[in-house]
Amino acid sequence: MSNTPSTQKKNGFLAGTANYVDERVGVGGILKEFGRKIFPDHWSFMLGEVALYSFLVLLLSGTFLTFFFQPSMTDVVYDGVYAPLKGAHMSIAYASSLDITFEVRGGLLMRQVHHWSALLFVAAAGLHMLRVFFTGAFRKPREINWVVGFVLFVLGMAAGFTGYSLPDDLLSGNGLRIIDGMIKGVPFIGTGISSLLFGGEFPGHAIVGRLYSLHIMLIPALILVFLAVHLFMLVIHKHTHYSGPGRKDTNVVGYPLMPVYVAKAGGFFFIVFGVIMLIATFFTINPIWNYGGYDPSPVSAGTQPDWYIGWLDGALRLAPTGIEFMIGDYTVSTNILLPLVVSLVFLALVAIYPFVENWVTGDKREHHVLDRPRNAPVRTAIGASGVTFYAVLWAGASTDLIATNFKMSLNQVLLTMQISLIILPIVAFLVTKRVCLSLQRKDREIAIHGRESGRIVRLPHGEYIEVHEPLDPHDLYKLVDFKDYKPTLARPNAQGKITVAARVRSALSKFYFEDRIAPATQTEIDEAKHHAHEIEAEVQKAIESSK
Amino acid sequence: MSEKSKEVAKQSGPYSDHEYDAGLRVIHADAVADPGIEPHRVRMTDKSPKHEKNAVRQVAALFTLSMLGSALALYAYFAFPISEDLTTVRLNTLFLGVGITLGLLGIGIGAVHWAKTLMPDNEVSEERHLTRGSDEKRAAAIEIINLANQESGFSRRKLIRRTLYGSLALFPLPGIILFADLGPNLGDKLRHTAWKQGTRLTKDPYGSPIKASEVTIGSVFHVIPEGLMPGEENYLEEKAKAAVLLVRVDPDELIETEERASWSYQGIVAYSKICTHVGCPVALYEQHTHHLLCPCHQSTFDLVDGCKVIFGPASRPLPQLPIAVDAEGYLIAQSDFHEPVGPSFWDRSVQQ
Repeated sequence: MSNTPSTQKKNGFLAGTANYVDERVGVGGILKEFGRKIFPDHWSFMLGEVALYSFLVLLLSGTFLTFFFQPSMTDVVYDGVYAPLKGAHMSIAYASSLDITFEVRGGLLMRQVHHWSALLFVAAAGLHMLRVFFTGAFRKPREINWVVGFVLFVLGMAAGFTGYSLPDDLLSGNGLRIIDGMIKGVPFIGTGISSLLFGGEFPGHAIVGRLYSLHIMLIPALILVFLAVHLFMLVIHKHTHYSGPGRKDTNVVGYPLMPVYVAKAGGFFFIVFGVIMLIATFFTINPIWNYGGYDPSPVSAGTQPDWYIGWLDGALRLAPTGIEFMIGDYTVSTNILLPLVVSLVFLALVAIYPFVENWVTGDKREHHVLDRPRNAPVRTAIGASGVTFYAVLWAGASTDLIATNFKMSLNQVLLTMQISLIILPIVAFLVTKRVCLSLQRKDREIAIHGRESGRIVRLPHGEYIEVHEPLDPHDLYKLVDFKDYKPTLARPNAQGKITVAARVRSALSKFYFEDRIAPATQTEIDEAKHHAHEIEAEVQKAIESSK
Repeated sequence: MSEKSKEVAKQSGPYSDHEYDAGLRVIHADAVADPGIEPHRVRMTDKSPKHEKNAVRQVAALFTLSMLGSALALYAYFAFPISEDLTTVRLNTLFLGVGITLGLLGIGIGAVHWAKTLMPDNEVSEERHLTRGSDEKRAAAIEIINLANQESGFSRRKLIRRTLYGSLALFPLPGIILFADLGPNLGDKLRHTAWKQGTRLTKDPYGSPIKASEVTIGSVFHVIPEGLMPGEENYLEEKAKAAVLLVRVDPDELIETEERASWSYQGIVAYSKICTHVGCPVALYEQHTHHLLCPCHQSTFDLVDGCKVIFGPASRPLPQLPIAVDAEGYLIAQSDFHEPVGPSFWDRSVQQ
């Protein structure tokens, strides 16, 4: 970024432009600061990137759609090219969705790009959250960024649902009908909120326009703001890296932003966009023309919400029969409230998890080296349990399809789901924890005794042994570098009292760390080596004497 | 944490994180030493000029493919216009999509291939610093806040502070109340539908009246009240409450309470089609079991037994529409429903 005229000439146009920009926006300083910033490399770090890029694709394709879509519920008689619906009454919103599909070149493609990227956005964000959870990337100093990410995930679902409702076709209208029914079930305020949302009785003439404002303005703006905060914190914290030789809490190991990451991440944007385009080209999503405009009377069997709403729909389905009750003249719709409360509690637990774990471990240090999931058995088991809970709710949204496709009784499928919702998370917890501990034991075994060489030797006294080979120090380090915690007792505080909080924390610490496999230490490895040398010497002696 | 492990932690460098409590963490004094970053593995493209040249060609080929793809997309936009014939939509989508896909993937895969084969792949280590500011920075920040507090008198002037809190608490309220006009008070709208005494039952959606004699045993009619026509103001709102399912069963099979014995006509019964769970249309009728099934959440109602819930998340029976036959033999409603239809709400049973 030299600014003498002579060097400008020498380096030509590019340097001249760089100089021009730097003198006006001081970009040189920014590049110097960030240009060689180090990013660690791992496939699992791309999940968040996929979410980010699908969001960009959403913005691009969505903007295109806004130019053609008309969010009005005014009744029109359809007179477009799609023959089966000619002459049908429908809202302008639905008619304009049909026009985008059948009368705008690339319109159907853009609709499908938009819908597929929405599905991918929520999926990638969810997988990214799971990666962060299972590797412990949410630990200090990243707890707040976890919450920001959580908010983004919820906003993603909100963006998806508001978008799904816009075409005003039969499916989207039925989705709104369910929302209306749920809102009405809320005590005291339900009917009032429903009226405020729909501008009177369901479906009214306002909801599509209102959801449109939320969908194209408020929610994306919020997502952008939270994304900015999310990425800003990423830069402040620098990315985590997986444990391994040379990777410490005090450094970051990887490749520089320029040129490697600019090429890889920039290229990856095009790959994500390309893959979405490929899917949108070949696979139909949301064929809105199939069922016609919204009408409260017909419904088609086997309809499913978009995947990320499935778990909420499943929660509604799994509510037991007849749990609604009355207090005097007032109706308490427990069949709505129970699923609602369960879903909200589940979300709340996800949001606060980092703070809970931090309180239990009491570890106030910064963590930049990620855990391998096996090295935090209880956390991994909790995660598996949560995933199972979510998965059962999700499968619950398809009870009818499972029953019809597998020729089973719907009643029994539902009952199985209800029982599974309670039992399977517990099973998943126990199994996962045991698997993690076993894997840890195996790692420890290999770290101490080395790798099995496959070489079987018979000793003079007849014993057969397999010779173990010591590990390469880099490989060894991967097996032993993890953070080890042990449970604590409830200790009295300064006043000599054992508080309830102390007891709870002690109990939780026991829950987390009672079963624990400590990493192999150098002393243990040396002892094992010494023992191995003795055997080796014995083997050598035997070979010598047999000659 | 033992003194010994604290000692070990302190030796780990200039980083001062060890001043923080490690809680329940066990820091092993004899932990295996870090051997440092693994040695760099040389790639084929680093040592063989032939491979390097190939990689360059591959990257360039991918970028060229991208150009061809974009050109294809441009060509397809004009070459495959869409018309009344719906197959043109498919061709337009297909060729436009394939072109754009190639245009995007060519760039993406090319750039990543370039980075992986031709750009240096030496891992670099960079030092991290504690997220918290240095002590000096924090002291300076506190100094600024104290000074601001002093200059403004924020802590000192209680009256100003408290009135400020008050005004800040109240100022959003007008903004919130503005939203009250988003929707009217529903009043008793949820309790009434378009059915009145004498309203004819007509077929959905064409509105032709139904003669009792047309309704054979086992047949199902989707019914709306006479006069409800598409395109009218409030058509959907009224239909969302008034939709009815009409079925005729063998009168001997009907289990009717005394009160409702007169609500059916020779085995013809009419029930609200709006699910008492969250309001989906209960549109599926299983003839041989007389069960009505809601396709949304599988609530199942027993048609011959007052549409009681026999399965699923719904809690209340579907409301019954009392019907009769007029002088011309057409089915008519005796009255409106005797209770609010559709999803439960808080004060649905409160008499008004």
